[in-house]
Amino acid sequence: MRNIVSIAKRELGGYFSTPVAYVFLIVYLLLANGLTLFITRFYEREQADLLAFFTWHPWVYLFLVPAVTMRLWAEERRQGTIELLFTLPITLAESVVGKFLAAWAFTGIALLLTIPIWITVNVLGKPDNGVILSSYVGSFLMAGAYLAIGSVVSSSTKNQVIAFVVSAVLCLVFVLAGLPGVMDVLDWMPNVVLETLRSFSFLAHFESIQTGVIDLRDITFFLSLIATCLVVNAIVLDMKKAS
Amino acid sequence: MMLQIQNLTKDFGSLRAVDGVSFSVDKGEVLGFLGPNGAGKSTTMKMATGFLSPTSGTASICGHDILNAPLAAKRCIGYLPEGAPAYPDMTPESFLHFIADIRGIARGDRDALIAEVVRKVHIEHVMHQRIETLSKGYKRRVGLAQAILHDPQVLVMDEPTDGLDPNQKHEVRKLIRSMAKEKAIVLSTHILEEVEAVCTRAIIIARGRVLFDGTPEQLTSQGPIDEVFRRITTGDRTAA
Ligand SMILES: Nc1ncnc2c1ncn2[C@@H]1O[C@H](COP(=O)(O)OP(=O)(O)O)[C@@H](O)[C@H]1O
Ligand SMILES: [Mg+2]
Repeated sequence: MRNIVSIAKRELGGYFSTPVAYVFLIVYLLLANGLTLFITRFYEREQADLLAFFTWHPWVYLFLVPAVTMRLWAEERRQGTIELLFTLPITLAESVVGKFLAAWAFTGIALLLTIPIWITVNVLGKPDNGVILSSYVGSFLMAGAYLAIGSVVSSSTKNQVIAFVVSAVLCLVFVLAGLPGVMDVLDWMPNVVLETLRSFSFLAHFESIQTGVIDLRDITFFLSLIATCLVVNAIVLDMKKAS
Repeated sequence: MMLQIQNLTKDFGSLRAVDGVSFSVDKGEVLGFLGPNGAGKSTTMKMATGFLSPTSGTASICGHDILNAPLAAKRCIGYLPEGAPAYPDMTPESFLHFIADIRGIARGDRDALIAEVVRKVHIEHVMHQRIETLSKGYKRRVGLAQAILHDPQVLVMDEPTDGLDPNQKHEVRKLIRSMAKEKAIVLSTHILEEVEAVCTRAIIIARGRVLFDGTPEQLTSQGPIDEVFRRITTGDRTAA
């Protein structure tokens, strides 16, 4: 546990020692707020909720999370620090979890920075703050799932551009899995397949959490997806250490 | 024996990079691991330090098997990988604190220990500079500091003087000699003079196999060291 914290602390510190982290946070805030205000016309809806804001999250993450994860392992490989890391007296699992938690904490920070919009709706009206809080929790869990997928991809290629594209596409698959339009096109497939697809839908689980009733199934979905990805991540790293 | 390499073998696909390498190093010994480029020196070290898993064979460090007790073994080793990798956006200061943290060095001892190592490798005045901005020589020294921070019983260094200028080489060799008494040290090199300068023992490998294991004197007694080296590594026995 102590080692996980050490790894995560170093990693998170690394984010903020370059302009990349600040650029990321600014782009995230511009996108998240800008889309809400100008595309969804937040003020004109005249509704005291943040639905318009959270609706954009799966799409914003689609671009920004792969940008965070593409360097996660690729950079360790490129710099050769992976050899340093894996010859220190820590387990592979500790490295994998530590680095993942740092990335997750980073997206958590990005989310926290959107709190002004939460304050704004409270100033303008009387929103259901329970719903907003659970939406934040849902968004954070979903970000974790994106990150875990991106982390696996990053561990399997040295090329950061490839890592970005493949992660984005994989995440897109998880997002699209639940969209009604997509499901209509796929309705020739056996029911089992459709149901499985639907059960893997980020959107469905996120929307379900957004209703304000936090369902254990949705939380379990995201957490088990994260856990599975991290296990695969460790296996891939173990196999591909040398290359 | 502090470091024992037993029959290490590594295949990369159809290429046998390391082929049944065995040797052991005791406290007080400085073993020079010599060989032409691609001989398998780095691969052997990567297996001995637990980075790569061997195709067969194993290594034991201070009695801990690197395959069965990797954490205990890794605690006993200081390792300087080839090229002295370090996180480029950290400063030597934050980097060494990170290593101290991972090495489980008590908080109270950390600053004193880091200060001591920093003095040993002479990096005092670059401590607050990003590692990516350091010259090759300084970067190498930061790597060395990282490797000796926890005062390991076994020190493994992959080409510790590669790319350094003559003064820097001299400094690093002096440092190695000063630590020789209380540690078991292995360093790889393809610089022959280095063996005479710091090593108490030399092993020559080529194409993954150990071809010579003896003292530097035994090597030099057979003629000029570079000729002996060429004779051994090219398998040209006519002149031997
Ligand atoms: N990850 C790897 N994948 C495939 N071949 C490798 C890998 N690492 C090293 N080799 C090959 O193994 C041989 C030994 O390499 P290495 O141990 O780095 O030699 P040295 O350090 O003595 O120069 C070389 O032929 C090299 O090309
Ligand atoms: Mg080498």
